[in-house]
Amino acid sequence: MSATLVTKVTNNVKLTPAGPRIESTAELKRLANRVRIEIIKMIGAAASGHPGGSLSEVELLAALYFRVLRHDPSNPTWRERDRFILSKGHGCPALYAILAEAGYIDPALLPTLRKLGSPLQGHPDKRMLPALEASTGSLGQGISVGIGMALAARLDKLDYHTFVMVGDGEIQEGQNWEAAMFAPYHKLQNLTVIVDCNRQQLDGFTKDILAVDPLPAKFSSFGWNAVEIDGHNFDEVIPALENARANSSGKPTAIIAHTVKGKGVSFMENNPKWHGVAPKPEEVAAAVKELESAK
Amino acid sequence: MATTPTRPKFELKMGPATREAYGQALVELGTKNPNLVVLDADLAKSTFSAKFQEKFPERFFTCGIAEANMVSISSGLALCGKLTFASSFAVFLCDKGYDQMRTCVAYPRVNAKFCGSHGGISIGEDGPSQQSVEDIALMCALDGFTVLVPSDEFCARALVHRMAEHNGPVYMRTGRAKAPIIYSAQDSFEIGKAKVHGDGRDVAIVACGLEVGYALQAQAQLEEEGIRARVIDMHTIKPLDEAAIAKAASECGAIVSAEEHLLDGGLGAHVAQAVAKSRPVPMEFVAIQDTYAESGTPDQLMEKYGLTAPYIVKAVRSVLKRKS
Repeated sequence: MSATLVTKVTNNVKLTPAGPRIESTAELKRLANRVRIEIIKMIGAAASGHPGGSLSEVELLAALYFRVLRHDPSNPTWRERDRFILSKGHGCPALYAILAEAGYIDPALLPTLRKLGSPLQGHPDKRMLPALEASTGSLGQGISVGIGMALAARLDKLDYHTFVMVGDGEIQEGQNWEAAMFAPYHKLQNLTVIVDCNRQQLDGFTKDILAVDPLPAKFSSFGWNAVEIDGHNFDEVIPALENARANSSGKPTAIIAHTVKGKGVSFMENNPKWHGVAPKPEEVAAAVKELESAK
Repeated sequence: MATTPTRPKFELKMGPATREAYGQALVELGTKNPNLVVLDADLAKSTFSAKFQEKFPERFFTCGIAEANMVSISSGLALCGKLTFASSFAVFLCDKGYDQMRTCVAYPRVNAKFCGSHGGISIGEDGPSQQSVEDIALMCALDGFTVLVPSDEFCARALVHRMAEHNGPVYMRTGRAKAPIIYSAQDSFEIGKAKVHGDGRDVAIVACGLEVGYALQAQAQLEEEGIRARVIDMHTIKPLDEAAIAKAASECGAIVSAEEHLLDGGLGAHVAQAVAKSRPVPMEFVAIQDTYAESGTPDQLMEKYGLTAPYIVKAVRSVLKRKS
């Protein structure tokens, strides 16, 4: 792994570890590809899980953990770390693979996903894996938890930022909109919501279940800075996240990241079947072969 | 007006509602603990968290009428080391915030505190949509939660302080109605340790909340009939003081439970479990039967739904018939 530890000067003019950092986009792309291979292998080995929504969020997570978040894998409970909450908890295989790449967990644990006694639970479980900021899996609650963390930062006069990733299907849960009203009212510029907008949910395409569009207009009408990006293009993802991290507008940020569910595996892309179905061994082999040839 | 001869002579002096004690205790805590953060969902004047808001506005957040959001925000604050107390009416806090209590608080064992005011039917005229008759059952079903139902202002105030000291999620039910004064500022309270009134060996009455006052009235009336009862104030429903229950079962041989809650999953059900495990003895249950109540004055409702002292006396008489 070519990641290196660097230090960064904060507002308090204090030297703090800034976690693993990958400067090269080509190297980030290689990392994303490795993560996708791990996702397929993990879910295949578990014979259950959610490949589609894990594959759609890979570049967003890679950019967060290797370019944007201020964090320290050797000290996961560092008080001033940036927080990340995966509200769409079913996408956790991607997060686990990223946490392994970043040094939070032993990569040897990845094949234990969803197995009895494993810290890599079917949905993120903070009891088992302290590197997680919150337990999630019941959809619609992550933004609210993130608000609590952003309020705590303000009360404690700390400058960490809280990022929350939700799915576009998840946005149908009403609690998101309670949270969407609260955060701008309290001027939580230290909070960013990333919508992994992959256009699908368990039962099919979002537009056929309960259309959520237009998401940027919905968020901006609630008082958020809303931006739209291609969620697979590092050249758009990284600046959007960095801008959100440095935001001083007095408004929280909503990044609507357009993604492809099942990204990188041709037979999974844009097929709602792969929301929550594990690939069979021959499908794992085909997917891994395709991803390896894309390196 | 002529005195009714059957009316219990024993009367307790009325004190403030337990919700008022909650607000007062928050102010006391806030003064000594700058880390305390209080949240409410547009009922701060009713839950009395407004007392804290007046004193410490920068550490008070009103979430608007959005209980689910409030519970999850509490979790986020607590995960960052804040000591949080969030309140609303019990029925809205527990019922609307239940999944959030489960996912964001209970199973990750987040150190967040909650207070549901206006518990039971003694809220009165507002009617069943506002009357929480199931909060004890709901909150006891959340793994890791401590569940408290204080009986008077002194009990409530002390237990709010114990909540703050306790590491783990806690739910407290408070009431709207004025509560009879049972204790004094000198009494001390511990989570999970019942307060026992009297050492009667004929029957034990296990009660919580306003029912403790009625139980003490019943105890006085029974005494006149030569029946010696002990009253156990079970202010902590979870973890239940099983030692006090086992002792009562073994020394009294008959138990009556009394609560302002549905029979299913309430104090009586938890006491029965403990009795069955330690020493099975006959039990009777004073509780709201499988029904929702209605509008009315608190006194009318407590009477109509069978929760006042005469109903406890009646339950004692029937349990004594079954005592071997």
